[in-house]
Amino acid sequence: MEWETVIGLEVHVQLSTKSKIFSGASTTFGAEPNTQACAVDLALPGTLPVLNEEAVKSAIKFGLAVNAEICRESVFDRKNYFYPDLPKGYQTSQMDAPIVGAGVLDIQLSDGSSKQVRIHHAHLEEDAGKSLHEGSFDLHGHGMSGIDLNRAGTPLIEIVSEPDMRSAEEAVAYLKKIHSIVTYLGISDGDMSQGSLRCDANVSVRLKGDDTLGTRTETKNLNSFRFIERAIQVETQRQIDVLEDGGKITQETRLYDSERNETRPMRSKEEANDYRYFPCPDLLPVAVDDALIEQLRNNLPELPDSKRTRFENDYGLSVYDADILTAERSIADYFEQTAAAADDAKLAANWITSELMGRLNKEGLAFNQTPVSAAQLGGLIQRIRDNTISGKIAKQVFEALWNGEGSDADAVIEAKGLKQVSDSGELEKMVDDVLAANPDQVEQFQSADDKKRKKMLGFFVGQIMKASQGQANPGMVNQLLNEKLGG
Amino acid sequence: MAVSPSDIEKIAHLARIRIAPDQIDAVADRISDILAMVDQMQAVDTDNVSPMANPHDAVQRLRKDEVSELNQRDRFQTLAPRAEDGLYLVPKVIE
Amino acid sequence: MHTLSLRELADGLAKARFSSEELTRHFLARIAAHNPALNAYITVLEEQALAGARAADKQRSSGDVHPLTGVPFAHKDIFCTEGVRTSCGSKMLDNFIAPYNATVVEKMAAAGMINLGKTNMDEFAMGSSNETSFYGPVRNPWDTNCVPGGSSGGSAAAVAAGLAPAATGTDTGGSIRQPSALCNLTGLKPTYGRVSRYGMIAFASSLDQAGPMARTAEDAALMLQVMAGFDEKDSTSIDCTVPDYSASLNNSLKGKVIGVPSEFFAEGLSDAVASRTRAALSEYEKMGAVLKDISLPHSHLSIPCYYVIAPAEASTNLSRYDGVRYGHRCDNPLDLADLYTRTREEGFGDEVKRRILVGTYALSAGFYDAYYRKAQRIRRLIKNDFTEAFKSVDIIAGPTSPSPAFALGEKVDDPLTMYLEDMYTIAVNLAGVPALSIPAGMVDNKPIGLQLIGRDFAEADILNAAHQFQLQTDWHKQFAPAFA
Repeated sequence: MEWETVIGLEVHVQLSTKSKIFSGASTTFGAEPNTQACAVDLALPGTLPVLNEEAVKSAIKFGLAVNAEICRESVFDRKNYFYPDLPKGYQTSQMDAPIVGAGVLDIQLSDGSSKQVRIHHAHLEEDAGKSLHEGSFDLHGHGMSGIDLNRAGTPLIEIVSEPDMRSAEEAVAYLKKIHSIVTYLGISDGDMSQGSLRCDANVSVRLKGDDTLGTRTETKNLNSFRFIERAIQVETQRQIDVLEDGGKITQETRLYDSERNETRPMRSKEEANDYRYFPCPDLLPVAVDDALIEQLRNNLPELPDSKRTRFENDYGLSVYDADILTAERSIADYFEQTAAAADDAKLAANWITSELMGRLNKEGLAFNQTPVSAAQLGGLIQRIRDNTISGKIAKQVFEALWNGEGSDADAVIEAKGLKQVSDSGELEKMVDDVLAANPDQVEQFQSADDKKRKKMLGFFVGQIMKASQGQANPGMVNQLLNEKLGG
Repeated sequence: MAVSPSDIEKIAHLARIRIAPDQIDAVADRISDILAMVDQMQAVDTDNVSPMANPHDAVQRLRKDEVSELNQRDRFQTLAPRAEDGLYLVPKVIE
Repeated sequence: MHTLSLRELADGLAKARFSSEELTRHFLARIAAHNPALNAYITVLEEQALAGARAADKQRSSGDVHPLTGVPFAHKDIFCTEGVRTSCGSKMLDNFIAPYNATVVEKMAAAGMINLGKTNMDEFAMGSSNETSFYGPVRNPWDTNCVPGGSSGGSAAAVAAGLAPAATGTDTGGSIRQPSALCNLTGLKPTYGRVSRYGMIAFASSLDQAGPMARTAEDAALMLQVMAGFDEKDSTSIDCTVPDYSASLNNSLKGKVIGVPSEFFAEGLSDAVASRTRAALSEYEKMGAVLKDISLPHSHLSIPCYYVIAPAEASTNLSRYDGVRYGHRCDNPLDLADLYTRTREEGFGDEVKRRILVGTYALSAGFYDAYYRKAQRIRRLIKNDFTEAFKSVDIIAGPTSPSPAFALGEKVDDPLTMYLEDMYTIAVNLAGVPALSIPAGMVDNKPIGLQLIGRDFAEADILNAAHQFQLQTDWHKQFAPAFA
């Protein structure tokens, strides 16, 4: 039997506003517990919500970026349920009239193809607080959970896709695209390790060719690209196993356990919930007019898709390089600055995708944590281009810059004496010395045919580079050897 | 509309209010009476009437994105039935 | 001093006939003497009030002050008052010391008024007799075997018995007007959005409004002047200019059209109240106003509509009382479910639980459209009734409540009968328009009220009409005999 996986994602993106969606408390991550939970966030009796303008604008920007209809009068609803991290006993969210309507997103797959994923809608809502369980804080052994409400009220947009994805790879590509759009727009820091971007995956399977959807499960707690990929894979396999054993899929909420690499039903959500959505009477409909939409549209930054096309066309980059270099706005900006400083886009692209990203990856650093600035890297590439240093020496210079051993490439080259020897007199002497020290090889060379000679030339070049500690200008060395050996 | 004792158990659960078993029937009767009174609404044709959530049909005012609230944790937590290390304590939350 | 109006007290302070401290001591002494019989106050703020009074006297002696500086009053215990228990009449908040001030509390304090204490009320403002309070029932100063009305029953009794010259109240379905009627006061529910709801503990968010309860329209105007105004902390607060309410009190009513809805004189109204109300209305004719028969055809739907919308909103407004961050928490919860269900079982009284259950039901899957959505549509029909009527009349008038004060215990076990108490007041909250109740005479030696309803934001119009009535009549000057 051949199975097909059907995936829809609900992506929660924390907006990087200064204050919360309905209160003036700070949203800074990592503060001491409950120090950023104000009277409104704690749902003290009598407190009321007032909507943050920036949250509304952020949601509209996202809507414009995915070509969605913006709702002219969106409504906040109360989603009612009891949970200790939900101080009001309801989450203020949007149900019937979300601010962002249907839109579309193009995703790029590893085989070079692209695919369109439809977005059902995106709505504004508030985040909940956090429950800390035994072990994660000092509970003095009384077996209770601790509630931290700093996160309560942080603005979120929840982006709900149609069930358009057919593999874990597509789901990850979709999520990466969402990530790049929201970071390009500057509406979220997209930091998954801090929960700025989280995802629930609705997964079902059906026999290939079936046009009805199978029963789906919702897997929660997916906060890294890798976990999402793995969770979808194991959940898909679990469902296939159940069905092939003649069983049935239960519609339920499941939790991904990354340590065991498995999904399991969430105990707290076992019972069918009745959220009793209704329009929040403390908030009024959010009116959005054409003027605001146009103003936001006109100020949208260049988005990943158009940037990628431009990188391919203007810089002559490969699809692959353009894809990598536009994945994040900070990478794209870094590339463009480096290319300008280096006056060579292709070399800049190569250095960023191989040397810099390789090193960052090895150190486990995010791109924006690079210790080598675009200006430094661009300056380094300049010195390769003008033959001040060879590509090999350049790696040493890069290493020095990474370690903060010099303000720029020139300073490192100067301090370490890495400048390429291009002085013809000096080089000529080196060539003469090497030839004099290897009379047998010279004789062999002179009696050899062209093909052999080419090979042997490499030997002499190697000796000279060794003698010069890699600093001899290889082009000039070749030229001199040819002259001296009469090649 | 009459509600049964099992309906009452269901909504009491949604509302997280414990009702003593010997009171459920009485509560169901009371609530049924209220719902029967409320059902007078059903006689009115409202097909062409749009729902009204706010008496002025006003729209939402937006707040500037500014941090205006300072940390008052210690003050707020003097109100807490149980707090420790800056956290509100509750019986173990099971996910 | 306790029979003087706010205006007279303000004049007395301005002319230094007495100090704020003397005045405050006088009221505190009366509270000490009479509150045990009435149970009007939940919390008396003796030291705080005296300190405030001394500060007010100092301020007054050193320059320009607000006219009401140093004038005492009482707050319904629904307004969060920093450092003071704010119980909302519930066991759930019996231990809740508010860490912040409601906007209304801030405004009264900014005017220099002296808060004598927090008055008793129906639990979470749910009731029409003040019998649902965790702190016990309040008695009506006109007849201590009777209820004062509710939910602002403590405020009404306190002012009627001279334990405060005025008080704040809140009105979700009649909670200012009905107790004002039953205790011979002038009580005003402003237009929805006129007074900030920030810090006023929510019952039904789209209906709740705070307003003044006083002896005269003039006093109500003075109080409203302090309470009203846009507040950026309340999204439903309306940003529109607050007029000088005292300035228009003396406008002539000649030629004004007063609409009298036939539905307000139909089944359910006692004959005595009907004839007394008609007699009061005829006063307006003497003043040159024109009475006009009108119809508010959807009036009969206001109680059904209200008893969906108010409980639905309340059911979720009261979800925050979960025993986690403040308020009552049951002993030794076994688990999370036990913490919630037992805390809420113990913390809420019967009427509150009933309304939470009704509201939960009305919002639950499968019933939402038939109840909540339906009620919202009916609400628009009710609002449209008023909009239509105000095209041809300036004010709408009728009885405030169907009968005078009833005996304690008479209706408490019969919610549906109790709900009828508000049959003339509820439509006003659903429509959001302003309305007040003024003393309109006696039935069985107990006061009744005349209700005046105005256009949106036309509080000045109804205060003007109320004041003109009070220039012609002296019902409002009658004081509960046992407390004079």
